Amino acid sequence: MDKIVNQKAWFLVLPVFLVVAFSAILPLMTVVNYSMQDTFGNNQFFWNGVGWFKELLDPSTDLGGRFLASLGRNLLFSAIILTIQVPLGIVVALSMPREGWSVAACLVILALPLLIPWNVVGTIWQIFGRPDIGLLGYTLNSLGIDYNYVSNDFDAWVTVIVMDVWHWTSLVALLCYAGLKSIPDAYYQAAQIDGASRWAVFRAIQLPKMNRVLLIAVLLRFMDSFMIYTEPFVVTGGGPGNSTTFVSIELVKIALGQFDLGKAAALSLVYNLIILIVCWVFYTVMTNAGAERKAAPESEAALEPKPAAGLKPVGVLKPKEGVA
Amino acid sequence: MARIDLVDLAHSYGGNAAPPESFALKPVTMTWRQGGAYALLGPSGCGKTTLLNLISGIVTPSRGKILFNGKDITPLSTQKRNIAQVFQFPVIYDTMTVGQNLAFPLNNRGVPKAEVEARVRQIADLLDLTPYLKRKATRLTADAKQKISLGRGLVRSDVAAVLFDEPLTVIDPELKWQLRSKLKALHRELDLTMIYVTHDQTEALTFADTVVVMHDGRVVQSGTPAELFDKPAHTFVGYFIGSPGMNIVPAEVSGREARIDGHVISLRRNYGVLPAGKKIEIGVRPEFVDVSPPTPGLLSATIERIDDLGRIQFARVRVGDAKFAARVPPGFTASGNSAGLIFDPAHVHVYADSHLVEGGA
Amino acid sequence: MHSIPGRRVIMALFLIFLLLPIYWLVNMSFKTNSEIVSTMTLWPHTPTLQHYRRIFTDESWYSGYINSLEYVVLNTVISISVALPAAYAFSRYRFLGDKHLFFWLLSNRMAPAAVYALPFFNLYSAIGLFDTPWAVALAHCIFNVPLAVWILEGFVSGVPREIDETAFLDGYSFPRFFIKILVPLIASGIGVAAFFCFMFSWVELLLARTLTSVQAKPIAAIMTRTVSAAGMDWGLLAAAGVLTIIPGALVIWFVRNYIARGFALGRV
Repeated sequence: MDKIVNQKAWFLVLPVFLVVAFSAILPLMTVVNYSMQDTFGNNQFFWNGVGWFKELLDPSTDLGGRFLASLGRNLLFSAIILTIQVPLGIVVALSMPREGWSVAACLVILALPLLIPWNVVGTIWQIFGRPDIGLLGYTLNSLGIDYNYVSNDFDAWVTVIVMDVWHWTSLVALLCYAGLKSIPDAYYQAAQIDGASRWAVFRAIQLPKMNRVLLIAVLLRFMDSFMIYTEPFVVTGGGPGNSTTFVSIELVKIALGQFDLGKAAALSLVYNLIILIVCWVFYTVMTNAGAERKAAPESEAALEPKPAAGLKPVGVLKPKEGVA
Repeated sequence: MARIDLVDLAHSYGGNAAPPESFALKPVTMTWRQGGAYALLGPSGCGKTTLLNLISGIVTPSRGKILFNGKDITPLSTQKRNIAQVFQFPVIYDTMTVGQNLAFPLNNRGVPKAEVEARVRQIADLLDLTPYLKRKATRLTADAKQKISLGRGLVRSDVAAVLFDEPLTVIDPELKWQLRSKLKALHRELDLTMIYVTHDQTEALTFADTVVVMHDGRVVQSGTPAELFDKPAHTFVGYFIGSPGMNIVPAEVSGREARIDGHVISLRRNYGVLPAGKKIEIGVRPEFVDVSPPTPGLLSATIERIDDLGRIQFARVRVGDAKFAARVPPGFTASGNSAGLIFDPAHVHVYADSHLVEGGA
Repeated sequence: MHSIPGRRVIMALFLIFLLLPIYWLVNMSFKTNSEIVSTMTLWPHTPTLQHYRRIFTDESWYSGYINSLEYVVLNTVISISVALPAAYAFSRYRFLGDKHLFFWLLSNRMAPAAVYALPFFNLYSAIGLFDTPWAVALAHCIFNVPLAVWILEGFVSGVPREIDETAFLDGYSFPRFFIKILVPLIASGIGVAAFFCFMFSWVELLLARTLTSVQAKPIAAIMTRTVSAAGMDWGLLAAAGVLTIIPGALVIWFVRNYIARGFALGRV
């Protein structure tokens, strides 16, 4: 259905606009303002133009070096996270029980890590991985593996990655599960009649139908892992050395630790810009995928919410098959 | 290519222990010949889809056997039964082109490449899909998608039967007719056994040479469209087939006479004395009852309204408490509301407890 | 056909992987500190409730939970109530700048909290909201409002437009239609949106910690106090951690039948 052009709709959007503008535009203006200035404390500011930005992108300066190093670490971290979580999430989704109470049980346990405050996630793994009092650290060490995330870079990375897998794989799995659930039985029956193997069913039906949710999962996971702060901060504090200092951790160090407002603001802007660009690409791809779905009416209903009970559109489509 | 025998076949979703009345499909035994076009016709929930799923192997029967060419295939999986099925909603593999879709069942079975190509070309020609072979299947219209699902079945040279589960539901009305004729033509050309499930009598009557009417989990009649029309074996068939449906009115029947509202209608056959305690009704299609100006000796009725269906007009009339639909012969002009009804005795049937009673000579 | 060979084993292993660290936290919360430090025990040998007792009796501890719940609930209410009309507008109408506005809203969902920490600190200090639940609730709106708009828009689009038209023909005013007809129809959507607002506000710490100091300090921030001169109070930390998991677990339990559907919108 085509939407009606109605400028009065702005009145309906106004509250959202005001709330978000208050929380986003005002602070952002402050950031832009700071990013062009230098301060020596006491609220005295000096005009610095684009100086901070130049420094930020020059690896030979202190600021630039720190920024680019943390950016590199962050990209590596995001890449590892995606290569582990996406396939694992798909496998877990495919392993979901079919029906009965166990479905609800699995869903609840899967969702559990998602609702734990992020610093508590950090705390859980901080404790779990300690060689003296944590089950994981203790077991590894008694097996003869010298594991200590406080002193060894590699161990710290492994801990942070396993923690993130623990924390967020469920999100990918739940998204994929939702995608799988929207596949009508007729597809499986047709594949059976066509003599498709298990792998062919995955390739020809399940993967294509999960396309959209997978795209969402990949981008959410990329962005959230790119912004990660709390969990590694609690576990490793960015260490040992700077080995697990990601961009957000660096930023908070500069902003709230050193109160170096100009540098922090410039870093914020560049950081935000990177994420904004990725977000824009994401949005464009999604909208195009949406347009494609409109062109293919058959699959359109798949990811749209069903109308509320009692409001099924009158027509030949029975509600059950309506999700074809 | 196969003859299909159903032997005492029954199914209950509640398992075999469920009470017989709750079975989704009550025991049925029948034979479908090789190369026949069959329609399973009935309202939603009558068991027709259950029967289809039993034949395709998606559902395993609680009781009974299914034979293909005399061989018991009940325990076989869908894959091994060599059937093709077209579902209510088009099932196509989104990421593949039309050609890849058609080749999918053959590739899965390890058919040599050259043969796959030849087969796909042949079937695409047959279904007028050749221009689309290289196109992504997602972009096509619903009727083209249904043709692809059908094509995936036909592409295999060994299909025993092609099953259709209300395949025209999502097709635009003007295309329905086209696709139906296409199916009919394919049926003649390929000599395949086809089984077509629908709740639409027009679809069933135009497609099939044998229509199996189902009601409440039971097969109530199986016959040619003409048989179903002329001699419904059950009042449900009379009512469900034909538009408007058969007139069914309570009557007293003895010998060659039926009595409605005190008026006597003569019958073609002799029914003797019917067993007491059964609900006796007579059924006559509106096409075989004419309204005429009120005349002594005719059953008198009150005209409530006249429906003009274009080529033919039907009058809705009332006789006592009973309602009738009757043909309005050309040239008839109503004078007031009252009219007489003329019955064609050859087409008046007698039903006892909804089942047809065969009269004697 | 739906699932893969060995699925039971895979699922079981994954669930164990998820539950083991949580079990360890729960296990530790029932141990005495001397048991934690001295020996490695798989379950509490001398179970104690002392840590929980301490949290429930010490106001500086339990007020943290109240503070957290206060801003989470506040945020959820604000987010849903401003997002509802906007979701309706985005779903039904085209207007000047609608697409850009939508993208701008979503881009805020993607903004790193670390970027906003400092400016928020300045902003809320300047208007005197610093160290109140309002500061955190409003700050969390930056990612929850766009999310709520996004989810609710999907649900509103699922309501046929004929419903609106019929209601207006029947003489319903817009606000009355909105409250009497639309809101009940998308009740489950509001539930899903509220669930996600609750979730994201509950788990966020960076902003919550930055915008509070004493009065409105969230429990997650109070937990860092367990580091004291006498070393870590591990048992207390574990107990506090367990208590932060419970609200989330309760919420999941209530919405368990809607989780898959909420995710099915693909709009998280």
